[in-house]
Amino acid sequence: MKSARYILGFAAAVCLVCSVLVSGSAIALRERQAENAERERRRNVLVASGLAGAGEDLSETDLAERFASVRAVVVDLATGAAIPDADPAGVDPVVEAGIAASSRAVEDNPARIRRVENRSVVYLVEPGGELEAIVLPVRGQGLWSVLYGFVALEADLNTVRGLTFYEHKETPGLGGEVDNPDWKALWPGRRVFGADPAAPVIEVARAAAGPPEEDPHRVDGLAGATMTSRGVTNLLRFWLAGNGFGPLLERLRRETAG
Amino acid sequence: MAASMRRVVLDPLVHDNPIALQVLGICSALAVTTGMQTSVVMSAAVVAVTALSNLSVSLLRHRIPGSIRIIVQLTIIASLVIVTDQVLKAYVYEISRQLTVFVGLIITNCIIMGRAEAFAMQNPPLKSLMDGIGNGLGYAAILLVTGAAREIFGAGSFWGIPVFPLAAEGGWFTPNGLMVLSPGAFFVIGFLIWILRVFRPDQQEAE
Repeated sequence: MKSARYILGFAAAVCLVCSVLVSGSAIALRERQAENAERERRRNVLVASGLAGAGEDLSETDLAERFASVRAVVVDLATGAAIPDADPAGVDPVVEAGIAASSRAVEDNPARIRRVENRSVVYLVEPGGELEAIVLPVRGQGLWSVLYGFVALEADLNTVRGLTFYEHKETPGLGGEVDNPDWKALWPGRRVFGADPAAPVIEVARAAAGPPEEDPHRVDGLAGATMTSRGVTNLLRFWLAGNGFGPLLERLRRETAG
Repeated sequence: MAASMRRVVLDPLVHDNPIALQVLGICSALAVTTGMQTSVVMSAAVVAVTALSNLSVSLLRHRIPGSIRIIVQLTIIASLVIVTDQVLKAYVYEISRQLTVFVGLIITNCIIMGRAEAFAMQNPPLKSLMDGIGNGLGYAAILLVTGAAREIFGAGSFWGIPVFPLAAEGGWFTPNGLMVLSPGAFFVIGFLIWILRVFRPDQQEAE
């Protein structure tokens, strides 16, 4: 039987060595991991805006080349104003939404979002300086999990250019079909807003929806995934309205009009 | 010596497989075997962790106080798993995203604790290292076969490359949805255990 002092000393030594190992590896690899996360984010922005295919294998140079016409901007969600001195790479809206100091609580909503970040990052697609599309990060509750994605709107700030989800844990083959390229192809051309530019009317319908010309505000639902389909409706309506990017869209509309 | 070393490595593959005979580590085997790529990366992670945890526990085996040995083993294993997770996030980001929490859950994989406690605490470092690699490979073998079966029948592809033309794309193959879901892995692993025990009747349990 070893003495109590030896046992405590041994435990302390093991803890010390292990914590050095863990923190050392975390610090040594941090930069690479951040690069990966940033690359993944850029890829998803490109996919949503139609500048890259969903399954396309993009090399480092492809990514940089195609992202050249995209400008990331940090915006204040409440006012819709840009925050020019904030570095977009240093802002993670999802993380900030989880911290009380950098977010605000919102009233109950069907997308089941409890807190909204004070600032977010949006992506302006501007080849040649003209706004061609805007990519907005969205999230909301599906059936099992929170869906994280991006929606891209054309310069009219109404027509959908693309929609993509980069993280979710919905049932594979049912709700998981939100990833399906065939389903995502139904989105471009749909219109988010009807007569009122403050109230999004876009909807994932239960009945079959026609092509965008006939059915501008409805998209075919996913078979066998009513809850996930409803979740997509809810999250789009939430983020494109007042608590989400409503003020930003309003401001951009005034800018283009004036 | 060399022969016994080889037995230490090779026994867990078929003869004393941690999943098929000992039925350990099932939960991650169900979760990550939807495709080949995730199976391979998960296997590599488990082999690395079992090997290194066995090695370090064995090196310390005369010094670890008996009263706190389990928590010491757990601390070592947890640290190794976190480091492995960090490495995966840095070098195979895409796949580590698909593995989600299951890399972290290697900590609770019974194979690793089991080998540290049952083998590494009593055996010299080199032999323990080999035992760790062997048991990791035994786990890997089942994962790879299951991953291959589930990807081929569940998605019609192998390593992401299509093998069966899908009905949805004008071919003849309709993917089996069950294979994509976790219960599909139960069937595949069940069949594997059955096959193994037909050829190795000594593994059959007495009625």
